[in-house]
Amino acid sequence: MELLSGGEMVARALEDEGVEFIFGYPGGAVLHIYDALHKNCHIPHILVRHEQAATHAADGYTRSTGRTGVVLVTSGPGATNAITGIATAYMDSIPMVVLSGQVQSHLIGEDAFQETDMVGISRPIVKHSFMVKCAEDIPVMIKKAFHIAASGRPGPVVIDIPKDITRPDEKFEYKYPDSVKLRSYSPSTRGHTGQIKKAVRALVAAKRPVIYAGGGVIQGGGSELLTELARKLNYPVTNTLMGLGCFPATDERFIGMLGMHGFYEANMAMHESDVILGIGVRFDDRVTNTLNKFCPDATIIHVDIDPTSISKTIAADIPIVGPVDSVLTDMLNQVDSLREKEEVEPDAAAIERWWQRINEWRANHGLWNEPQYSQDSEQIKPQQVIETLYQVTKGEAYVTSDVGQHQMFAAQYYRFDEPRRWINSGGLGTMGFGFPAAMGVKLAHPDRDVVCITGEGSIQMNIQEMSTCTQYDIPVVIINMNNGYLGMVKQWQDMQYEGRHSQSTYQDSLPDFVKLAEAYGHVGMRVDTLQELEPALRKALSMKDKLVFMDIYVDPAEHVYPMQIAPNGSMADMWLSKTERT
Amino acid sequence: MRRILSLLMENEPGALSRVVGLFAQRGYNIDSLNVAETEDVTLSRLTLTTHGDDRKIEQITKQLNKLVDVVKVVDLTEGAHIERDLMLVKVRASGSQREEIKRTTDIFRGQVIDVGATLYTIQLLGTRDKLDAFLKAVGEAQIIEVVRTGVSGIARGEKVLSL
Repeated sequence: MELLSGGEMVARALEDEGVEFIFGYPGGAVLHIYDALHKNCHIPHILVRHEQAATHAADGYTRSTGRTGVVLVTSGPGATNAITGIATAYMDSIPMVVLSGQVQSHLIGEDAFQETDMVGISRPIVKHSFMVKCAEDIPVMIKKAFHIAASGRPGPVVIDIPKDITRPDEKFEYKYPDSVKLRSYSPSTRGHTGQIKKAVRALVAAKRPVIYAGGGVIQGGGSELLTELARKLNYPVTNTLMGLGCFPATDERFIGMLGMHGFYEANMAMHESDVILGIGVRFDDRVTNTLNKFCPDATIIHVDIDPTSISKTIAADIPIVGPVDSVLTDMLNQVDSLREKEEVEPDAAAIERWWQRINEWRANHGLWNEPQYSQDSEQIKPQQVIETLYQVTKGEAYVTSDVGQHQMFAAQYYRFDEPRRWINSGGLGTMGFGFPAAMGVKLAHPDRDVVCITGEGSIQMNIQEMSTCTQYDIPVVIINMNNGYLGMVKQWQDMQYEGRHSQSTYQDSLPDFVKLAEAYGHVGMRVDTLQELEPALRKALSMKDKLVFMDIYVDPAEHVYPMQIAPNGSMADMWLSKTERT
Repeated sequence: MRRILSLLMENEPGALSRVVGLFAQRGYNIDSLNVAETEDVTLSRLTLTTHGDDRKIEQITKQLNKLVDVVKVVDLTEGAHIERDLMLVKVRASGSQREEIKRTTDIFRGQVIDVGATLYTIQLLGTRDKLDAFLKAVGEAQIIEVVRTGVSGIARGEKVLSL
């Protein structure tokens, strides 16, 4: 058997795990590991400019591929800088393995240089964490970390490694396990058959059904099965912000995103539905609005791999704990069997009436029906940027976003037909996510268009990564929708604080983004008018080997609508424009 | 409603902090808690009392089960069970009170385990209610110091919490 040092074991185990990229930043506590990576490890390492970007880049890589991302950071500030990205991954159930260096074992607890209790600090935002106590444990611990991160409801796992454990002069037998078993961890592998039968009966008997599908469907590999089910039943499908792409947006059964900035027709259909199939969703507060007013007539079927998601906020009438792919397969079989054995199938006339109602909503206020924003303005509307981008990329780009108005416009106006194309921080709402995430996506898909939709607020939270893109030649397109304000903050201040824009603008302090991009060796483009918009987007996307920073000046007065009315509103209570409400 | 949750968890550093952290993080209450090794050295058993409506308790149980270090969780209050809390209490005992305190201790089947010139240290074992009743009987004015282990519990009859 081979003898390796702890540091070498880390490098080798990552190779044996099939890791494609390591996103990281060296420092004192991980120098032995970095030396092992340098000497004999073939995994490309991406040196970011800030550890937060390492976690977001790994996260973007993962969201676009389904494969677990890997982050390597040093102790103390390296570890704490990674925290925001770990929390981001945790909230959106993204598998990630974060290796953090730690001070030498004998110094732990002594407030040593660059010491921080990483296991303690990260505890509420990880699926699990390990502290390595001896080098021999490294292979099994890394295997366990990948297993835990990717199975069940995925999530980030931290492995904290004291420096002395990785020292090069002590070698141990190395064998990477094929599999690991944990007695206290066994995620569900099948949904309960009886519950699934009950659910399908309720679903087939529905007169006003809605399928409410979320990020869990994407993560659980259930997109095709879900699409098959919805088409077979001819039922409307709405997606959460995290679920966009799990059902084709261009299918006529897609009624748009739901929730706080969801489509009018989606929110109305939910509110008036009699049966909701919630799958891979968690009935989160940005969807439900006021809990006791949520969908008053609906029987709730809730499918999720995580039992804690079920009946946490909204009580499920028919709970099903299980992986979405196996549950959807069982549901499809059950629909067929009901039809064949009992001649039970959906009430076509009732479903037709339901579609008529939904189509009326669509005709009146549907965002894709006709522009729901004023088009007589001189200034570019942010919605027009997304619509033009959608046309120019034919809906085939990988789109990452930051957080704020631009994120909501992107979610509303870019139509995702496939899963893993829309990459955003839904749960934590992390500004600064989009650009490093786009780096991870581009590294995984070098031949595809990768676009980061951002704003001048968010982009400045991780703008230093332009340097990383120079070093590794990562040609993403950054679409900076520049309205000179923290737009979503301003929108709330307009709506709820009588227009007092407290600290939501930068007083002419914004940099010249074009020059800044050029300073890093990239291409910068400034776009001021609607006439320039489409040609500029085409030009940017044609420069396949260049990072293009598009600084697009958009109308600062624009608000995101619809917007659910809170507090005390139901899903059906929405602002549709600055003056019109339901 | 008050519940007694009993957990088997990996006897590893950090496991307890995950359980306690979960309660803090999600705004659940811990009324008492104790933890120690079991007959299997790789496992420790943690008993905690909490309160909340059925939905909250269900959510707490599910969240606990989700922790990777937690092997099993039972709600002892769902069935017949035995609970015990051990209390050590120092009480003022001088003059005529000395006899009275001793009598009260006997009634509650406690023991005086240490004696000072003006105080007794009493050990008492029982349910939470019994210990509360003893403290009330002795009277607040007499009590100098109270230390309780928190509730431990076990199911009655054949039911066993094990792997």
